[in-house]
Amino acid sequence: MSKPFTPKVVTANALLEGDVVYLTVDDQWSRHLSEAEVIEDEAHGDLRLLDGNSQPDVVVGVYLIDVALEDGAPQPTHFREEFRTRGPSNYDHGKQAELV
Amino acid sequence: MYQYNDFDRDFLAERNAQFRAQVERRIDGSLTEDEFKPLRLMNGLYLQLHAYMLRVAIPYGTLNGGQMDVLADIADKWDKGYGHFTTRQNIQYNWPKLKDVPDMLDALGEVGMHAIQTSGNTIRNVTADHFAGAAKDEVADPRPTAELLRQWSTDHPEFQFLPRKFKLAVTGSANDRAVIKAHDIGIRLLNRDGEAGYEIIVGGGLGRTPMIGKVLRDFLPKADLLPYCEAIVSVYNLLGRRDNKYKARIKITVHENGIETIRELVEERFALLKPQFGGVDQKMLKSIEAEFAAPEFKTGSVASFKDAYHTDPVFRSWADTNLTAHKNDDYSIVSISIKKHGETPGDATSAQMREMAAIARKLAHNELRISHEQNVMLPHVHKSHLPEIYARLKAVDLATANIGKISDIIACPGMDYCALATARSIPVAQQIATRFDELKLEHEIGDLKIKISGCINACGHHHVGHIGILGLDRAGVENYQITLGGDHTETAAIGERAGPGFAYDEIVPAIERLIEAYLGHRDSADERFIDTYRRLGLAPFKAALYPEAKANAA
Repeated sequence: MSKPFTPKVVTANALLEGDVVYLTVDDQWSRHLSEAEVIEDEAHGDLRLLDGNSQPDVVVGVYLIDVALEDGAPQPTHFREEFRTRGPSNYDHGKQAELV
Repeated sequence: MYQYNDFDRDFLAERNAQFRAQVERRIDGSLTEDEFKPLRLMNGLYLQLHAYMLRVAIPYGTLNGGQMDVLADIADKWDKGYGHFTTRQNIQYNWPKLKDVPDMLDALGEVGMHAIQTSGNTIRNVTADHFAGAAKDEVADPRPTAELLRQWSTDHPEFQFLPRKFKLAVTGSANDRAVIKAHDIGIRLLNRDGEAGYEIIVGGGLGRTPMIGKVLRDFLPKADLLPYCEAIVSVYNLLGRRDNKYKARIKITVHENGIETIRELVEERFALLKPQFGGVDQKMLKSIEAEFAAPEFKTGSVASFKDAYHTDPVFRSWADTNLTAHKNDDYSIVSISIKKHGETPGDATSAQMREMAAIARKLAHNELRISHEQNVMLPHVHKSHLPEIYARLKAVDLATANIGKISDIIACPGMDYCALATARSIPVAQQIATRFDELKLEHEIGDLKIKISGCINACGHHHVGHIGILGLDRAGVENYQITLGGDHTETAAIGERAGPGFAYDEIVPAIERLIEAYLGHRDSADERFIDTYRRLGLAPFKAALYPEAKANAA
């Protein structure tokens, strides 16, 4: 039996600013993980990864991350992705400062 | 110090104009990321976790007040008001926007600085002893050699696509402060029977497979340096592995082929290259050497220093810790700690940079150095200026008296910034420094090198720390391995792994247990941590790190 599919989100960095961004249902890139499209099956994930990669003039380094749903909102399951939702721990810079 | 000539300025202006056009073509879609990435890396621009990062070279760590001011201006205008000094004597900006980078490079170009070859499989920023030109124990100033190597390696057509990155370091002293044995090529200036020359070490490096460099030539006549280095790099360029990124550094080439084979190949190649240089390099070196003439040292009473030293215990503590003997007895080398307890190692605000620049201009012959240990030096300070300099540094939070102590930690950016990192480094360094400051044990512990890397690539030099800390990702959790007994000096050694790693919230208590064990075992207050470790070996430290293992075995 294959492993159960972990929900995923497509992420990248914005070409101009370098900010962490997430792919939304309507092919936009949001700075907020809460606005990302949560992908529930593998084939759709592959497709959305291709969709993300089809916007090379907007984003750089497109990949899928694992998320867990908490009260319906996606949360990263790996600490690296958790840091990407916030910013560095030594200063109040990045998303933790800009998205409040 | 070296001043750019017309050739340097024109080259840089043209290169910056090319990069400006490349950025424009990337933004308008004419260049794909795959096409653009090697171009931006060649110009020091990385994409990290949260933003772009621009890595600016500070060749052999030397800069003047005007250059430091521009580094501060760039931090304010295009970044978040600070910069991060690195273990390659570079400065990194963590938050630039892509479209601003060409302007940043132009601003750097105005003061003879650039970001060329701070990335990519090229010869990187040449590093040197941060006390160069000032140290009492120096045979000769290593910077003219380093500048000659910088000019030779910058845009060298044969060496733009090496199997892997390539790092050079130069020291002019037998006491190695430039970690030359952990470089692809390490160079030490020396005199033999009155003749100037170099010891050439090859194949050192840290990272995934740490190696101590081996002596390739114990004495290379001074005039042979460039053809000999060109021979080494060209042998490596052909022989180095391109099939496996992890086996591509010259340390592996040397290891797999043997130092004798490498020596034979290099000598063969050198015999061909030597006549081609025809002495022009030595003419250039002569004129470079003239630019590094020592400043005109002032004379005068140093009584004000002596008075302050005897009457102000706080000043005395700083002087005892942060000053180093200068070749001129009326002078000192000042190490400015960029390691205030609880702050990020190597981070300076724009205001701090400007104050260091102003102090250098007024009181220190307009010279500054960046050390690979992420501190800033004033290499030439007449002792009469020390009380004033101390007071000014104190006013901008730069007077921490901890050089060479437990809180003077090297830490890479780690997973707070770096896309390659597997764990955080900076908060571990902050917490260790804060903890031992609270315990008021720093000066009791004495000299100790803690070095922290957030991944196996070892930018934080953990292998050569007396205590090395390596942050890893173990099953989705940050985990920290400790190595002990590393040494970055002329007696270079790779540290020994102490045992299983520690969780993020266990690493600081583990370091505390190590230090308690050291304080309990040292035979006197003069015996440094590393000496106690060498005398007793790993066992007592292992017992302190893993008390439960000892309990279970009993």
